[in-house]
Amino acid sequence: MSFRLSYRADPGNPWFSWQYVRDNSDTILAAVREHASLTGRAVLIAVLIALPLSVLAYWFRPLAGPILAVSGVVYTIPSLALFAFIAPYLGTGTTTVLVGLVLYALLLIVRNVVAGLNQVPPEVGEAAQGMGYGRWGRLFRIDLPLALPGIVTGVRLATVSTVALVTVGVLVGHGGLGQLIFAGFQNNLYKAEIMTAALLCVAIAVVLDLLLVLVARLVTPWSTRRAR
Amino acid sequence: MTVATNPIGQAVVWINDPLNWTNPGGMLDRLGEHLTISALAVALGCLVAWPLGLWLGHLGRGGGLVVLVSNATLAIPTLALLTILPVVFASGFGRTPVVVALAVFAVPPLLANAYTGVRQVDPEALDAARGMGLSGGQLLRRVELPLAVPYLAAGFRTAAVQVIATAALASFVNGGGLGQIIRTGFGIGIAAGGGQIVAGGVLVAGLALLAEVVLGGVERLVTPRPLRRGRQRAGRPRPADATGSA
Repeated sequence: MSFRLSYRADPGNPWFSWQYVRDNSDTILAAVREHASLTGRAVLIAVLIALPLSVLAYWFRPLAGPILAVSGVVYTIPSLALFAFIAPYLGTGTTTVLVGLVLYALLLIVRNVVAGLNQVPPEVGEAAQGMGYGRWGRLFRIDLPLALPGIVTGVRLATVSTVALVTVGVLVGHGGLGQLIFAGFQNNLYKAEIMTAALLCVAIAVVLDLLLVLVARLVTPWSTRRAR
Repeated sequence: MTVATNPIGQAVVWINDPLNWTNPGGMLDRLGEHLTISALAVALGCLVAWPLGLWLGHLGRGGGLVVLVSNATLAIPTLALLTILPVVFASGFGRTPVVVALAVFAVPPLLANAYTGVRQVDPEALDAARGMGLSGGQLLRRVELPLAVPYLAAGFRTAAVQVIATAALASFVNGGGLGQIIRTGFGIGIAAGGGQIVAGGVLVAGLALLAEVVLGGVERLVTPRPLRRGRQRAGRPRPADATGSA
């Protein structure tokens, strides 16, 4: 992974430098793409695993405690330590980074989905049962739609924190913009590179967050109709 | 000595080597660094966040600001902040920039909990206190502050655990700490340093979990008994609490 820089032409070491952005646009774009794709993949996989897990915790109450407890404990483990556990087995590469990212996102999403599902009023569930909904019908037609706000909150939190966490991935392989931050650090603290990458990280987080808000609006049209 | 081939076996061997404990830059040194950096960062965070949070809560304004600060720090990459602050201070890579960077991560939970702690005080109690002739400052010191203590403790716990977790990354800006053990392991390469990497991971994770448990006990101690059960459901909305893990 070589991120060669053409920065010597730029006099001094300014915080912001168009010169740097122009000269290294390919590198920067590649890093942004990698960053967004790592985030997207991690959150997507996490959602796919988190939803069934949460439904299990919701259906079988005795499971809810352990699932939430385990997720709480794993969430306490520092990212560097988590990567340190995975790396010796999976090597340094995208897989290791993804596994770590998925684990953290998973925990955030499970917590929120379980909370969302538990907020479905019992009367609603009973009414659904009275109308002849089976377990699955009730889940898909009643419980999950009503828990959507909770689910969306979880996915938004997970997305934003994953964007920030991807940078740590540079230590075990791929870190998207983290590579630029780290390279800037090693290149005699090249400020423009560090700053550009940091700002782009925040920008990616904001954009993805807004996208999710938009999606949430579209899938829960009733929430905007109701006066908040 | 038989050489263990799997990383866990290597880690056990590495941890059991007394030299790895006592050497300069060994586990004990790193643990000391880790705890010093974390303690300074949390103390700095408290100095900034508690007065501000309590004051904003007292005024009943700034809720939006608190949420904004919490969300913004969630999005800022840890690594970027840890890298940027040493540049700002420009004084090499001593402790100060790392401590300040970590303190930034301690502020949101401290601030949010201090604010919420004051806001949740029963308005009737405040009315009664005002009726007794307490001034604004007295109200804050004698009524709101004591009643907010459980929240302050909850924020302190979240902040401390998060700082201890984040401090592991300080090793990448030459800030020392337990993360250094992992970093050295990666430096040797996974084949040779795998055991050391896992061992460092165990130490860092163990310290974070230990802090969580110990501070959880402290939080419980300072929370009056009648509040304990109710708080878990309503007081501290854990799912949404803005604590990015680092």
